[in-house]
Amino acid sequence: MTPSDLRTAFIAELIAVAPDLDPVAIADSDHLQDDLGLDSMDFLNLVSALHKGFRLPIPEADYPRLTTPAKAVAYLTEMLAR
Amino acid sequence: MPSLGADMDEGKLVEWLVKPGDHVTRGDIVAVVETQKGAIEIEIFETCEIGEFLALPGQTLPVGAPLARLVETACGGDVPTPQAARQPLPNAPTPPPPAKPAPLATTGQAPLASPAARTRAGELGLALEMLSGTGPGGAVLLADVERQAQAVPLPAAQPAADDRPKGKPGLDMAEMRRAIAAAMSRSKREIPHYYLAHEIDLQAAQNWLTARNAERAPDRRLLMGALLVRATVRALAKVPELNGQFQSEPYSPSAAVHCGLAVAMRGGGLIAPAILDADAMDIDAIMAAMRDIVARTRAGRLRNSEITQGTITVSSLGETGVDALIGVIYPPQVALVGFGAPRLKPVVHDGGVVPRLAMTATLAGDHRVGDGRRGALFLAEIDRLLQEPETP
Repeated sequence: MTPSDLRTAFIAELIAVAPDLDPVAIADSDHLQDDLGLDSMDFLNLVSALHKGFRLPIPEADYPRLTTPAKAVAYLTEMLAR
Repeated sequence: MPSLGADMDEGKLVEWLVKPGDHVTRGDIVAVVETQKGAIEIEIFETCEIGEFLALPGQTLPVGAPLARLVETACGGDVPTPQAARQPLPNAPTPPPPAKPAPLATTGQAPLASPAARTRAGELGLALEMLSGTGPGGAVLLADVERQAQAVPLPAAQPAADDRPKGKPGLDMAEMRRAIAAAMSRSKREIPHYYLAHEIDLQAAQNWLTARNAERAPDRRLLMGALLVRATVRALAKVPELNGQFQSEPYSPSAAVHCGLAVAMRGGGLIAPAILDADAMDIDAIMAAMRDIVARTRAGRLRNSEITQGTITVSSLGETGVDALIGVIYPPQVALVGFGAPRLKPVVHDGGVVPRLAMTATLAGDHRVGDGRRGALFLAEIDRLLQEPETP
């Protein structure tokens, strides 16, 4: 998957967790919790969806690497290349 | 049309999930009603057979209006009976019954009322004769007028259905704000609150969570919120009078613990549905119930029991919140527990000052039910339980 594909997939999972978000309005640097208003339950649901969709373990220690779409795409790219 | 809280006066039937002739068991979901809290699934209160429908999807009905006739002798009558429509339901937004028969002014005279009440009733277009007064000699007071004003939505405040700002299907943000305002006004008017705060060291709970989650796939991981709910529910065993609904005197606490959870809606607004029988759940069951109820709250698919049967509420600010919240009790409950955002703070631990995760827990309690000393015991018990998270 290209970073662009990954971004599309990540945004799709994000919208599934928070259907009221407008996919077009989400910036790569938006903080999921501070800017987009996700709470800890939403974030856990997002991690669960990414875990299932990409078959990655995503331990809690890696949560700080998922705080914005840009960081998340970089993280997913790195993990999937392993 | 069942009452789905002190703040509801009407609801719109959205759809029937049964048809005439269907056999239903108490607790089955039979219909969906749209309210200020979104679409609510309505559970049947009797085991019986559905007779004829008395209301059709799309109709808006006042609380107490019959929706359908139930057949079979065991359940007898309408849902609810037409008389019930005119009687204040236990948690309907009606004024408290006058303590004594109101000696209304003699025929031909205006009813007794305070000047402020008279002015306000005039502004609102309410007839004083229609209000039951709680003042001396049954006089109508300003509070009586305000109470009635909230019970009866004013036409002006009720924009046409199509104009309403929509947060999401079935959720009218302006209506929800009114519902919250009505419930909180009633709380501040009727409940003599006392407030307590206590800082709790969460490091032991966090360490336990981290170790536990490390060996679990994401969909089985736990959140600190689940530990906080479990500790709250368990602590009630020590101070049971904080768990219940204050419907009438004498107050009697509830045996079951239905733990309300304040769920923030991302578009604004707040709904506090209850996790039923939370006292019987282990930590995984509480976490699963929280995931389920938060998802259904946001999707607008709660059940009427979850909306009306809460016996205590937990409001948690989560990771990105501020230090503490001083809660407003959700009537007719008698206590609200607030958890501030957990943060690393300098804490004295084992004789030294070290950075540890800590959080301020608060209690808003109802003085009609008890005093701060008991409330303090309750917060101390929550603290104690959070120091031993491994206890199942």
